[in-house]
Amino acid sequence: MSHHVLEMPVSAEQVRDLKIGDTVTLEKTLFGIRDATLIHMFDRSRRTRFDLHGHAVIHTAPNVHRVAKSEKAPAGYEPFCIGTTTSQRMERFTRPLIEREGVRIIIGKGGMAQGTLDAFAELGGAYLAIVGGAAALETTWIEQIEDVDMDDLHPESLWRFRIRNFGPLLVGMDSHGGSMFADVRADVASRRSAVLEKLGIAE
Amino acid sequence: MQLDTHEVEEVCKDLYVRALKILPPDIKAGFARLQQAETHKIGQTILGTMVENIAVAERTNNILCQDTGIPIYNVTFGRDVSFDGAEVTRAIRRGCERATKEHSLRSSVVHPITRVNEQTSCGIRVPIIHYDFDDREETVEIEMIPKGSGSENGSFLQMLIPADGIKAVKRFVIDRVIELGGRVCPPTIVGVGIGGTSDLCMHLAKIAATRPLRSQCSDPEGAKIEAELSQAVNELGIGAQGLGGRSTSFAVHVEVAATHITQNPVAVNIQCHSARRARATITPGGIHFS
Repeated sequence: MSHHVLEMPVSAEQVRDLKIGDTVTLEKTLFGIRDATLIHMFDRSRRTRFDLHGHAVIHTAPNVHRVAKSEKAPAGYEPFCIGTTTSQRMERFTRPLIEREGVRIIIGKGGMAQGTLDAFAELGGAYLAIVGGAAALETTWIEQIEDVDMDDLHPESLWRFRIRNFGPLLVGMDSHGGSMFADVRADVASRRSAVLEKLGIAE
Repeated sequence: MQLDTHEVEEVCKDLYVRALKILPPDIKAGFARLQQAETHKIGQTILGTMVENIAVAERTNNILCQDTGIPIYNVTFGRDVSFDGAEVTRAIRRGCERATKEHSLRSSVVHPITRVNEQTSCGIRVPIIHYDFDDREETVEIEMIPKGSGSENGSFLQMLIPADGIKAVKRFVIDRVIELGGRVCPPTIVGVGIGGTSDLCMHLAKIAATRPLRSQCSDPEGAKIEAELSQAVNELGIGAQGLGGRSTSFAVHVEVAATHITQNPVAVNIQCHSARRARATITPGGIHFS
């Protein structure tokens, strides 16, 4: 178990270095993405003007304040409360995110499924688990909203955040077939019959 | 008492913001209990982060979670209260919309088919408003629940049959909790509805999921099941955020209703660890928030 500080963007080699159980702190740049953003990008062939190669995306739709554009708020938005949503809904977009856009890291809560794990192993990628619902804390790791694309989907726009000391996050899924979520699921499955038996339910 | 709808509008605006910022004391106490019992290392760290987040939200006057939820208002009218019902409904809606605009809250509400977001937290039949009545003199109580979507997506209904028995009801709850794993932002409150019609059963599950911790099902048979299931779910090993440990749920809550001789319905609705709610009581003496 080691701790990694990653200045974004990263290479495929750097991301293959991450193993489940490791912790990671991200620096510099992070992109916010969500259901509608991904549906428009991949089901409706919309292209973003952002270069996502080697970058991390977080499953989010933030609360923001609309302000006049300035040096401090170049996109006309200030962060107010930025958190993380459940990742599983966006499962089918992992592969195209890596293949077409070059994304290397996905940050979310609750974990993702086998398709994501296969894409990570084949193409190089990792899933970093953040604590869902801890948005007030997460917001303190975000310095600025640098830019926004596809803002007609607001709040499900594609956001570019400047981050500082973003973490620690837990490597929940890696490029070597490791998934802490799958490990827990297997453990839970092995406990199920004992729990049911205690409730007086014979299978 | 004549209910002032301007007051209702202001209260409904304030309640939305208060609910998003201040976690009820029973949930904070629930965290303390889970922290004491948790032995899993990652589970302990995650609970610690959640508790730290509550403190950061209070210190920075921020909202706890980015999900502003689907707004629900539960209104209970006591005795000797006069009001213009249609105007009360409009006032609640205005309060909800103003909270969103004036506090720059993320509107999480879209049209179900076009997916258009009006940026008001309102839409067709939303905010969800429930009206009820009780015996308190000259009292109106409004409870606001911003229902988070990660946990709301963990909703199920099964029209079991009498031959399946209550065992099938319990198995259904255990299996749905297993299926949901970390997706519903555990530690959760598992709301279970038993009985009624399909729609009532689902509503019972929501009432159960949003009930304060340490409250009990008023039906003794329901109370027995919630005690049993509360223990059982934390032996599954799902844990906080689905990453292992004992902290799967604060509790399982059960609500029951009479049902048809042919039916044995069960519903599950989950509340996440950001189990937010806020309440205002309006009396001739003024407004009290709790």
